[in-house]
Amino acid sequence: MGKTLAEKIWDDHIVRSAQGEPDLLYIDLQLVHEVTSAQAFDGLRLAGRKVRRPDLTIATEDHNTPTLDILKPIADPVSKLQIDTLRNNAKEFGIRIHSLGDADQGVVHVVGPQLGITQPGMTIVCGDSHTSTHGAFGAIAFGIGTSEVEHVLATQTLPSTRPKMMAINVEGKLKTGVSAKDIILAIIAQIGTNGGQGYIIEYRGSAIRDLSMEGRMTVCNMSIEAGARAGLIAPDQKTFDYIKGKPHAPEDFPAAQSYWETLFSDNDAKFDLEITLDADAMEPFVTWGTNPGQGLPLNGSVPNPADIKDSEERGAAERALEYMGLTAGTPLKKIAIDTVFLGSCTNGRIEDLRAAASVLEGKKIAPKLRMLVVPGSERVRQQAMKEGLDKVFLDFGAEWRNAGCSMCLGMNPDQLSAGERAASTSNRNFEGRQGKGGRTHLVSPIVAAATAIRGTLSSPADL
Amino acid sequence: MEKFISHTGTGVPLRRSNVDTDQIIPAVYLKRVTRSGFEDGLFAAWRNDPEFVLNQVQYKSGTVLVAGPEFGTGSSREHAVWALQNYGFKVVISSRFADIFRGNSLKGGLLTVILPQPAVEAIWLAIEADPNTEIKVDLDSRTVSYQGVSIAFELDDYTRWRLMEGLDDIGLTLKQTDSIDAFEAKRASYKPKTLPIRI
Repeated sequence: MGKTLAEKIWDDHIVRSAQGEPDLLYIDLQLVHEVTSAQAFDGLRLAGRKVRRPDLTIATEDHNTPTLDILKPIADPVSKLQIDTLRNNAKEFGIRIHSLGDADQGVVHVVGPQLGITQPGMTIVCGDSHTSTHGAFGAIAFGIGTSEVEHVLATQTLPSTRPKMMAINVEGKLKTGVSAKDIILAIIAQIGTNGGQGYIIEYRGSAIRDLSMEGRMTVCNMSIEAGARAGLIAPDQKTFDYIKGKPHAPEDFPAAQSYWETLFSDNDAKFDLEITLDADAMEPFVTWGTNPGQGLPLNGSVPNPADIKDSEERGAAERALEYMGLTAGTPLKKIAIDTVFLGSCTNGRIEDLRAAASVLEGKKIAPKLRMLVVPGSERVRQQAMKEGLDKVFLDFGAEWRNAGCSMCLGMNPDQLSAGERAASTSNRNFEGRQGKGGRTHLVSPIVAAATAIRGTLSSPADL
Repeated sequence: MEKFISHTGTGVPLRRSNVDTDQIIPAVYLKRVTRSGFEDGLFAAWRNDPEFVLNQVQYKSGTVLVAGPEFGTGSSREHAVWALQNYGFKVVISSRFADIFRGNSLKGGLLTVILPQPAVEAIWLAIEADPNTEIKVDLDSRTVSYQGVSIAFELDDYTRWRLMEGLDDIGLTLKQTDSIDAFEAKRASYKPKTLPIRI
């Protein structure tokens, strides 16, 4: 019987397999950032252990970094200590680090692909759940906890139980104004926040093939929001072209490519679960609640919890509406927004900035609204400036910031205040995620842009 | 890691579903570089509410958190496990845990027990009726028992063995160093390396 793409990669990385034990998997790359690594390095020090493969490890600063005045000392002493700790650990253990001010500083999941270090057929881990982003290249990439970060640093392997395999086929053609973000939000709304639990999801179908590499990254990025640790897409010519010319593209490109071309699910491969969605029917999507599964097409209205049959979901919807300050039946497009956040590992790449800028160009920001534009990496920021996008954003009335995770998780000073309502291109609308008491609606970059113009949740078609 | 064989304590009913790791500990509390002191961030947004279950005097000494389904979704932050442990929890019971949180908890010695939702609801009722109800979670027999009720739970033999022996995962893997060396010797040369730096 044939194998799925994920099974092929998994099997290629088994160091040791024994009855009744998890497989010991070899890890091709570990990405490291300041928030989930300090305790891991400490563990190594206590045990007198080294990093086994510094040359398969790379660090950057992203979660806790300021997006203003980045070259001044970090004001918050606790944040500063965390960043300094990463810098010292990188130095002590011989790990490459891209610090604030460096062209390759930025959100780990933007940095890996832009360096060409993310390649098909790899196993990639990071102490961050959005590591699934790298699956867009046909890699098994997943988030791990700090104990596992330490395990990989020490051994370059990870004991892992083989997940089940799910295929999500998105067939057809997206309408204008519908993007990768809408695909993944629609998928999560359909299968729920636990629908992918225990699975690796392979995204397939013509609408997925039609996406750019960056669009594919957006889809894979939010696999965790459907409960799956990893999501991936078979590599194709677009993947190869994207890697070619990047700093760490293989020197023997033909040898690498001939392996990459074997990375697809065989026709007779068996998936444990298969789901098909119709791309033609998809609309711009937005979340109304406090988990990423609570989403609807933008043309819809805030749902009435009384209409929800499942008592658990009904309770969750009631609590969500209370937290979000929304009334059932309100058209989503009537919801007024205070802040628009454009950025994150979901939608902070150059294509996302271009898409938003194309909607904003020549327009003015809605009164009283603030918009933060935070490029995913310093390199993305520089590219955007080369194209004059910074000027478009600034002329529009948005703030043009330095790279980092920023308001996606509200760990640095970029936060919502209590009751403040955001349209955000990030990945999580959890209670307080973007700041205590803050309210989040997840949207695509072009919906974010249209919303910043009109002041209420909107798509470019409403302009 | 400390061995986990059996734990007996009182329960804390957390009647909420989809408790994500941002609720367990918000990002602003993740700045410490130690593994301790995270209890102040545990359920930080809800702790202001005097009615919140952790603020109710009858549950102050609880060590078994009994939560709604989908506990621990979202971020991979192991700080969520540390916050629960630092606060004093030894066991979390739920009908469904998110994968990464569950992996982190079992690595760190916080036992996460999956019981069917009706069993969780029965425990909620029991501890709400009598907060002094003792709950025994026994890894040897893989059972949760209280008030004469005993419910079996599943946990794979390997994880159970590791927890009961208090074994260090890294130490176990380092015994396989020969296999890792052999694997590396066969790795394709075109696989990317981060060093030397190429820009």
